[in-house]
Amino acid sequence: MSVASYFDDLSYGPAPEADGDVRAWLKRHEPGFGLFIGGKFVAPSSGEFHTAHEPATGKDLARIAMATKVDVDAAVAAARKAQGPWSRLSGHARARHLYALARMIQRHARLFAVLESLDNGKPIRETRDIDVPLAARHFYHHAGWAQLQEREFPDHQPVGVVGQIIPWNFPFLMLAWKVAPALALGNTVVLKPAEFTSLTALLFAELAAEAGLPAGVLNVVTGSGSVAGTAIVEHEGIDKIAFTGSTEVGRLIRERTAGSGKSLTLELGGKSPFIVFDDADLDGAVEGVVDAIWFNQGQVCCAGSRLLIQEGVAPRFLAKLKRRMGTLVTGHPLDKCIDLGAIVDESQRRRIDALVQKGVAEGGELYQADIALPTGGCFYKPTLISGVHPASTVAQEEIFGPVAVSMTFRTPDEAIQLANNTRYGLAASIWSETIGLALEVAAKVQAGVVWVNATNLFDAAVGFGGYRESGYGREGGKEGAYEYLKPKAWAARKPRGARPALPEARVASGGFDLPGIDRTAKLFIGGKQARPDGNYSQTVLGPKGQVLGEVGVGSRKDIRNAVAAARGAEGWSRATAHNRAQVLYYIAENLSARTAEFAARIAAMTGTTAAKATAEVDASIARLFTYGAWADKYEGVVHTPPLRGVALAMHEPVGTVGIVCPDEAPLLAFISLVAPAIALGNRVVVVPSERHPLAATDFYSVLETSDVPAGVVNIVTGSPAELTKTLAEHNDLDSLWVFGPKELSALAERLSVANLKRTLTDNGLATDWFNPAEAEGPILLRHAVNVKNIWIPYGE
Amino acid sequence: MPADSSVPTSGPTSETSSNHERRNVPGPLELEVIEGLRVNLSAVERRAASLPGRRTVKKDAQAAWLLKAVTEIDLTTLSGDDTPERVKRICAKARQPVRQDILDALGMGDRRITTGAVCVYGTMVPHAVAALEGSGIPVAAVSTGFPAGLVPHDLKLKEIERSIAEGASEIDIVITREHVLTGNWQALYNEMRDYRQACGEAHVKAILATGDLKTLRNVARASMVCMMAGADFIKTSTGKEGVNATLPVTLVMVRMIRDYQEMTGIKVGYKPAGGISLAKDVLNYQILMKEELGRRWLEPDLFRVGASSLLADIERQLEHHVTGAYSAFNRHPLG
Repeated sequence: MSVASYFDDLSYGPAPEADGDVRAWLKRHEPGFGLFIGGKFVAPSSGEFHTAHEPATGKDLARIAMATKVDVDAAVAAARKAQGPWSRLSGHARARHLYALARMIQRHARLFAVLESLDNGKPIRETRDIDVPLAARHFYHHAGWAQLQEREFPDHQPVGVVGQIIPWNFPFLMLAWKVAPALALGNTVVLKPAEFTSLTALLFAELAAEAGLPAGVLNVVTGSGSVAGTAIVEHEGIDKIAFTGSTEVGRLIRERTAGSGKSLTLELGGKSPFIVFDDADLDGAVEGVVDAIWFNQGQVCCAGSRLLIQEGVAPRFLAKLKRRMGTLVTGHPLDKCIDLGAIVDESQRRRIDALVQKGVAEGGELYQADIALPTGGCFYKPTLISGVHPASTVAQEEIFGPVAVSMTFRTPDEAIQLANNTRYGLAASIWSETIGLALEVAAKVQAGVVWVNATNLFDAAVGFGGYRESGYGREGGKEGAYEYLKPKAWAARKPRGARPALPEARVASGGFDLPGIDRTAKLFIGGKQARPDGNYSQTVLGPKGQVLGEVGVGSRKDIRNAVAAARGAEGWSRATAHNRAQVLYYIAENLSARTAEFAARIAAMTGTTAAKATAEVDASIARLFTYGAWADKYEGVVHTPPLRGVALAMHEPVGTVGIVCPDEAPLLAFISLVAPAIALGNRVVVVPSERHPLAATDFYSVLETSDVPAGVVNIVTGSPAELTKTLAEHNDLDSLWVFGPKELSALAERLSVANLKRTLTDNGLATDWFNPAEAEGPILLRHAVNVKNIWIPYGE
Repeated sequence: MPADSSVPTSGPTSETSSNHERRNVPGPLELEVIEGLRVNLSAVERRAASLPGRRTVKKDAQAAWLLKAVTEIDLTTLSGDDTPERVKRICAKARQPVRQDILDALGMGDRRITTGAVCVYGTMVPHAVAALEGSGIPVAAVSTGFPAGLVPHDLKLKEIERSIAEGASEIDIVITREHVLTGNWQALYNEMRDYRQACGEAHVKAILATGDLKTLRNVARASMVCMMAGADFIKTSTGKEGVNATLPVTLVMVRMIRDYQEMTGIKVGYKPAGGISLAKDVLNYQILMKEELGRRWLEPDLFRVGASSLLADIERQLEHHVTGAYSAFNRHPLG
């Protein structure tokens, strides 16, 4: 076209980003990329490679090594060898390394951006302006945590060797989110990039070595999820798995790592609501939708893919949105004049299209702007399906493509109800110019990240992660740093001794003295003592076999009732922290009045001395005071990301928590686990010590006289193995804490996959409940909250 | 498209411009619309910040867009030391804003490239009209007590009438900021409607002085009231406020233009003014117009840029495009 013809039609014309440097780098590696193990590239043991393609053209891009278990073994060995020396470096020394990596990314920013764009198909604007700068920011931020580690995390130590498995949608940014905190805090890493998109990780490894990162600290093994990924997940030499990807694979990883003692963080899928109230800046919200679902072709786990529009403005909003869709440009990823690039792979494109067809078949109204798509590559038009219902497949399933679905609501309550009507809970976007409304909805929506009048904002200082089936763990901020640390107090725990054999019951036949009044403990559900559904009971024996009493044998149905009662007691989560503190102090007061009785009970059950039994009651009272104290002090923080505004890292109760108590310290362990949970607003279903349940059943009347609302604490006695199974499988239980035999931890973790509830297990390691360092304070409180980050930009 | 066929000139006798767009006329003041306007500053800023990363023009397309920008410039001199000779000089520049050899090299030698208008104070109107005679380039006069607007209302109307009588075909008025800052939308509406009537066939651009209005919500409301009262153009600034045209303010104003078109079917023009002095800046404004309002709003009857030094930078960029070597200011005739 000539200047004159451009002058007349004022089209944009081509604006390609140069890719010469990247092509030259690829050319150097034309024979195939090795695996990065122990500081150098090595050939895969299998000798096998796969070919990476350029999604925008379908052309071959590079040969990527297929790692096998043998290679993963080598990578883990290298990481293990480096972990000691790396963690023994001073925080300052590690900070220097992280700083060097941040600078390295900035020095080669365009190289990373162009390579990422070619490999993934995402627009160069996004890699250049978002992915790569954010990645550098993550390394800078975490250089800071390395520098401050000794001061800020004195009670923690690195987890060890970390296996990290990252997705194809943000290959380089997810590398940064994973690698930066892991290395900063003294861990070493075996990283597996996604099979589709390994190249920026390989470039990073190459340049990190040049930047002086010691050998073995970072290892990159490429290949398939089923071989290399599985080898990492199942590797006994790995202490932690950090995974970002699909909920389906997240479940598999949870199952495979159950009982292994590995810690786990999962960043999974979402179907995040994008809520537009009638007092929103509608044009701003339309642009928000563009940033929500047409960012990275909608291949974003936290994409605002479910538009909830207040009914009165819905027609106008959708009209504005459709007009805007007409100005979106889908094109070659290296074109600087586009909004959307290519879909990562043809298999994904087909999946997106199948879901869209299904949405239409189910009655949704399809709108695709009349815009041209490039030919030859893998592209999909920006799509809107309006008029969907909560039951529609496209309103429930994550589409992971440039497809928004919309429905309407009438009131704020209904908006919240619809927003939360999902198995996921990753993010939410709320649009309203009324601060009270926006913050109310932000507080009530079940999501780990909430953006007010914004969407898809990210920063290294602000934790990111989900509720519910969107996974657990946080990345970024101090909350994210803890994911790569473990408490020193717990690191020293030893396996529990073998359980002593149950003594033979000695039944003394009755005489003609006045008999005691029979006291058979029932269960405690919904604030009432309830007979077990199965109507069986079992005897409780003392250490010498003397019969101390009987307790009900709780069953599946009792757990069902108890969880329902806990769910119903939602008012407790909304109660003021001051109110909850008062209740905890009151429990302590009432327990204190019955110290002698509880001490006698403990002594009778466990055979311990009267002095030790009294000490256990006193410790329990002190612990209740501790959590009364923490109730209004374990607060969130205010993050200050680089924008005019704040991000509030709120501590929210997890919700309903199952607690399975160990046999040791039957009162103190029970209190140590229940008190932190309820102090922060959770409602609990507790399975007391199997051998020594009477301290817990005696506790019913303490609870009844201490203003504890019905349903906040529910107690079901019975077989921990059986009850743990029901708790773990229960889809309305948000978290499960299991302390006791190792098999129980494994069972709980394995069966937690249905709703991906958070688990806290001791993996069969005995806790010294009398030692506050092991059994009291933030070490447990951290597990009693979900951190929700609410981004609030300012400005009028 | 030759500039003279797309610029509203003095003379049309109907309510249509030469592009046959329906001209804006005063309609009802719809207060519920005004009160219902919502603007979120951060959201506006994010859109404005990301747009230059989403669209760009390079090479021949860039040269063409910059030439187009030349035709959109209201070449302006608004200084206390303006003299008739100074005004004649910029009028000469308006007639031949780009060196003919550069136009020839661009393959645009046969097009009549002039600026969109020349913009002067009222007393300079006769000099400008004389200097531009036969060129088809309209003379725009700032009026109504420019820049502060704090002179009696009847005198403002007289000022408009005088400028038109002396040959100005476009009138850039300033609104009374007080009406916006106190939320007196009826007063703003009345004032604007009076200006519109006083202008008659001359097109009226309403300067909102957005730097004085401070908030984007004020900008949105003032924009909408002025359009309801019949403004042909809404314009950001006098060039004399602390902050002049910005992309966020532009985004808000053009969204109001879009809403107004949805409500009435009428296309209102937009003019950012003040602070746009670089070629790359004006490209961002053009891109924003095209993305938010469409191609039609890149024609000078719907888009003008108030600028004094912008042209010199465009000339340098165009010469660079032609020769491949970076240019210098002294290689282009002064305006």
